[in-house]
Amino acid sequence: MNIVDPPLGRLQWSSLPFWDMLQHPTKGNIINGLIATGAASLVVIGAIALVVLLTKYKLWRPLWSNWLTSPDHKKIGIMYVVIALVMLARALIEAVLMRGQQAFGLGGGFLSPEHFAQLFSTHGTIMIFFMAMPFLTGVINYVMPMQIGARDVSFPVLNSISLGLTAAGAALVMVSLVIGKFSTGGWFGYPPYTEANFSPGVGPDYWIWALSLAGLGSTLTGINFAVTIYKERAPGMQWMRMPLFTWTALCTAIIMIFAMPPLTVATAQLALDRYLGFHYFTNALGGNMMNFANLFWLFGHPEVYILILPAFGVYSETISTFSGKALFGYRSLVMATMAIALLSFTVWLHHFFTMGQNANINAVFGIASMLIGIPTGVKIYDWMWTMFRGRVRFTVPMVYALGFIVLFVLGGMSGILLANPTIDYQVHNTVFLVAHFHNVAVPGVLFGMLSAYHFWFPKAFGFRLNERWGMISALCWIFGFVGAFFPLYALGIMGLPRRTVAYTEARYVPLEWMAFLGALLILVALLALLWQLWLSIRDRADNRVFVGDPWAGRSLEWANSAPPPEYNFAVIPQIESRDAFTAAKEQGRAYLRPDTYVDIELPKNSAMGPAIAAISFALAFGLVWHIWWLVILCFLAAIASMIIRGFARDTRRIVSAQQVRQEHHRWIDAVDQATAISRADECTSVNVGLARQEADGVVP
Amino acid sequence: MSEQAIKHPGLNLGPAHGKDDEAAGTVMFGFWVFLMSDAILFAMVFATYVTSLHATAGGPGPRDLYDIKSVFIETMLLLASSFTFGMASLALKYKHRKARLIGWMVVTLVLGVAFLGFELHDFSSMFVKGGVPSRSGFLSAFFDLVPLHGLHVTAGGIWLICLVGQIVRYGLDTKTKLGIMRLALFWHFLDIVWIAIFSVVYLAGLT
Amino acid sequence: MRLAALCCGVLLLAACAGDTHLTFLDPQGPIAHQQRWHFYWVLGVMAVLVAGPIFLLLPFFVWRYRYGNKKPRYTPKWEYSTLLEIMSWSGPIVIVIVLAVFVWRDTHKLDPYKPIASDQAPLQVQVIGYDWKWLFIYPDQGIAGVGTLALPVGRPVFLHMTSATVMQSFFIPALGSQIYAMGGMVSQLNLEASKPGKSLGENTMYNGNGFHQQKFTAVAMLPADFKAWVRKVRATGLPLNAQNLKVLAQRSTRADLIAALPGARSMAGNVYFTSASKSLFPAVVKATMDGTPTLPESAFEHRHTATQSGDAADAATGKPR
Repeated sequence: MNIVDPPLGRLQWSSLPFWDMLQHPTKGNIINGLIATGAASLVVIGAIALVVLLTKYKLWRPLWSNWLTSPDHKKIGIMYVVIALVMLARALIEAVLMRGQQAFGLGGGFLSPEHFAQLFSTHGTIMIFFMAMPFLTGVINYVMPMQIGARDVSFPVLNSISLGLTAAGAALVMVSLVIGKFSTGGWFGYPPYTEANFSPGVGPDYWIWALSLAGLGSTLTGINFAVTIYKERAPGMQWMRMPLFTWTALCTAIIMIFAMPPLTVATAQLALDRYLGFHYFTNALGGNMMNFANLFWLFGHPEVYILILPAFGVYSETISTFSGKALFGYRSLVMATMAIALLSFTVWLHHFFTMGQNANINAVFGIASMLIGIPTGVKIYDWMWTMFRGRVRFTVPMVYALGFIVLFVLGGMSGILLANPTIDYQVHNTVFLVAHFHNVAVPGVLFGMLSAYHFWFPKAFGFRLNERWGMISALCWIFGFVGAFFPLYALGIMGLPRRTVAYTEARYVPLEWMAFLGALLILVALLALLWQLWLSIRDRADNRVFVGDPWAGRSLEWANSAPPPEYNFAVIPQIESRDAFTAAKEQGRAYLRPDTYVDIELPKNSAMGPAIAAISFALAFGLVWHIWWLVILCFLAAIASMIIRGFARDTRRIVSAQQVRQEHHRWIDAVDQATAISRADECTSVNVGLARQEADGVVP
Repeated sequence: MSEQAIKHPGLNLGPAHGKDDEAAGTVMFGFWVFLMSDAILFAMVFATYVTSLHATAGGPGPRDLYDIKSVFIETMLLLASSFTFGMASLALKYKHRKARLIGWMVVTLVLGVAFLGFELHDFSSMFVKGGVPSRSGFLSAFFDLVPLHGLHVTAGGIWLICLVGQIVRYGLDTKTKLGIMRLALFWHFLDIVWIAIFSVVYLAGLT
Repeated sequence: MRLAALCCGVLLLAACAGDTHLTFLDPQGPIAHQQRWHFYWVLGVMAVLVAGPIFLLLPFFVWRYRYGNKKPRYTPKWEYSTLLEIMSWSGPIVIVIVLAVFVWRDTHKLDPYKPIASDQAPLQVQVIGYDWKWLFIYPDQGIAGVGTLALPVGRPVFLHMTSATVMQSFFIPALGSQIYAMGGMVSQLNLEASKPGKSLGENTMYNGNGFHQQKFTAVAMLPADFKAWVRKVRATGLPLNAQNLKVLAQRSTRADLIAALPGARSMAGNVYFTSASKSLFPAVVKATMDGTPTLPESAFEHRHTATQSGDAADAATGKPR
């Protein structure tokens, strides 16, 4: 480390994506340069357009005071989901580029090996840390406090700081498009390849610091969620009355608390290797990369369940709601969720059966991995029994759920195959593996989050999403997925390694083309999703559901207006059973005017979130480029901001009882004027969010 | 008594503190959960150290580098600081004079700084003997674990100064009280981690 | 189901076309053969016990209990049944127990470190992963090569492998398991070919720009052909000395290597070496572990000159270490 580096550290003109193309204008350089420059321009133009629009419509102040500094869990949740959708778009385009490259990859293709390697590294890193994680964190943030009848999470400002850290990490990955190059070491960045002697550039540093920021944010989020669920439940919300989504949120939070530290240690040690010449994972002088593999997967495997459990929670809610029926086997589902959370820490070694440990160890970890199939199987059966003797409505969230069950069973089966060390020896590191984890991650996590998006969007914004385009998008996702990934199973069995930019085996070509077409269909799905959002915003007046219960919901997040007031509930509900809102509706106490209202205390806005976001981004950027003055400055700023926050006192504000009364009455008035609808009409404009009640056993 | 104990482990504020005592529930629980996560962090670093014990790559090993006398003094300093912080906590709980609370906290800080001074001296004498982190996997692991604890102590020291500042500025309001209680937990936690370092790194390394 | 059908269809096609064997479903040796049966068994058990019930019941439930259907019973509050719960748990438990037995048995049976039972002593091969090519050393024959791994049919092959750079994964799908090769460490693999033919060999662990070109051909040949091959290599190979090894160790593809070694241009895409020392492999392991860039001279010395001359040595030194 040289403290007297030039003021901009390692930053040079050659860090820009079009430099190579201009210096060495060969055909390959020009194609790769154009693609990279195009992507970089999109980022820059997007940022400029955003600034111009915000200035033109004078939105800076509302953005600052209503969103960025807001400690409201609902707004933080929405911001998380926005990050997730933006990052999804980028990583999905990268995926299509990669499939396109491989379709043309017989003996060449159009991308350079290094460009391709950056694509698969950013694709994986983004999809896991900056798409799936923010998506599920956002959904939990939005829904969970309302499901337990709370006004907010336990530590609202910490929540905002977690968002800031995640946003900073995402921004770092985006900046790597414009300045410098990202890692080529894949999303798990195995050393020694990512050590300084084999990857001297800034790529692995971008990867290290982006993950560190995201990991820190997730640790804090995990703590926040767990404490919220332990401490903020409304009176009467006993453990066994919590909605299943809250249970999965709790288990995910606990896994975050325990699984994130190994990642922090692994990336920090790799950073020490790279920056200060330590020897944790080097080939030489006592380094041992097997330690990295263990640390990384000690995080990495539980991470899989951090991602999938909330999706299981979403499916439990949507399947129960759209089958018009209580969730079957609630206790089993809770136990299964906890079993999965526990088992997730016992299987990490199956990521490297091929590292040469003895057969006893491999067999034990193989069997442990298959044990996870037991609670997962139970969940699938319980969901099916939930539909049994129900009335299944084929809405968009339900279509995602059904697509999930079918595809996830196949993904689970290929997972069981991989859990056999004997078979893993044959398909490890091939695209069979790629097909497997996409087969659990896409129908599992992503479909789950999209199901949640369609399910809770009306609650968050007060109007329903366009059903027709939602359906088109869902079907494109499902069939696009089949097209894009089933061929990879076959290709993997035919010996095609993952991360291959090109190949010489002509027998791969037809399947590669199938996969490419599938990927294009997924791109159509994304476009349909955007188009749907635009149509829905345009037609929002026809689809308003202010009364707040568009799907005949069962849990407490439906027991207030859409969108809900910032304090969630005018009066904290008293819970007497599971499916608390269904019970309240049946007993006719869902929409009552209480006699008295009281003042509600809420946290004041805080600039800590955006401040930490800016500081941590600049700190990480300085570290990546060895701009030491910036690093020192930001480090001091981070400490100073925490000290200043420690000295802050006047951090709460009061919403007066009168205002609460006024808002609550406005809502109840709307309820009184609304017509309750049957479920047959729930996707039409007569649905204003009031569900018709029927006697037990009569289909509503 | 038992009702108080249920609220959260450790030293409670007690009913005399009224609303502050109630507010402690969530905050202290949250901090316990954070410490749990931090403990995992240390556990991983311990694991790295233990698996790297033999990775000296021909460089100096524990026997060549560790100075048990100095480490023993450090241990005593840190244990003493935990005791003095305990006295500060009692002063807080039983509403002794502010000066007494601040006094115990300052003594704690002095002991903590002395600990850090000895530790830095240890590191520099290791450096002189060729025990630099870039020499071997073993030394890398050592300089991951022990300075990580040192950094925690440093952070605790800065926090302590800030809390004294808050006491002076705002008196013992809810936020300051909760801050002191959390720092107390943190400080004792670091003591426990140090006992593990003392046993696993120094005692085991020298036997 | 769709998956299985797709796989089988495509793979049958694949197995017929082309002359390089790509997959363990087209096995060329006993290990891959058993792996194939293990694969079919697990797939079969799951297709019948996991996929079967779910794929039959799910469409039936969804259709019968659709919103528009007025006839069947509607029980909105029914949420528990002991019988169904027991079934939901016991089904997966039984399946996992059955599969666990398979796993335990075959993981031990097909352990890559386990020598393959045979009346012949195994052929020793040392594998060093470079960026982006594999070097195969036949220590008992005193030869080495890049690009082709020649194996005598019916005789077990015992491979020791390491990496001179980053982690790599050595893999010949049609013959058997893959194992990581790691710097400063030695891992092992046992393979055997049961019929003559060419199989795909590769590295599956990404290691940089030339990764996709790090392929080789595993050529199984009859024992007599193998002897002839060894003789040919001895006659035509370049000396594996410090200078040539330095060229080999560059970060380059096999094509670059051939371009850099003019003597190798007539070797049909391969590079063959003679006078490969037995001490080279351990020297590379040690040098990587110590971080020393150059190998000591002893790495190229021939302490046992006898190994230069004999096919007799093939049979003599066979015991795994």
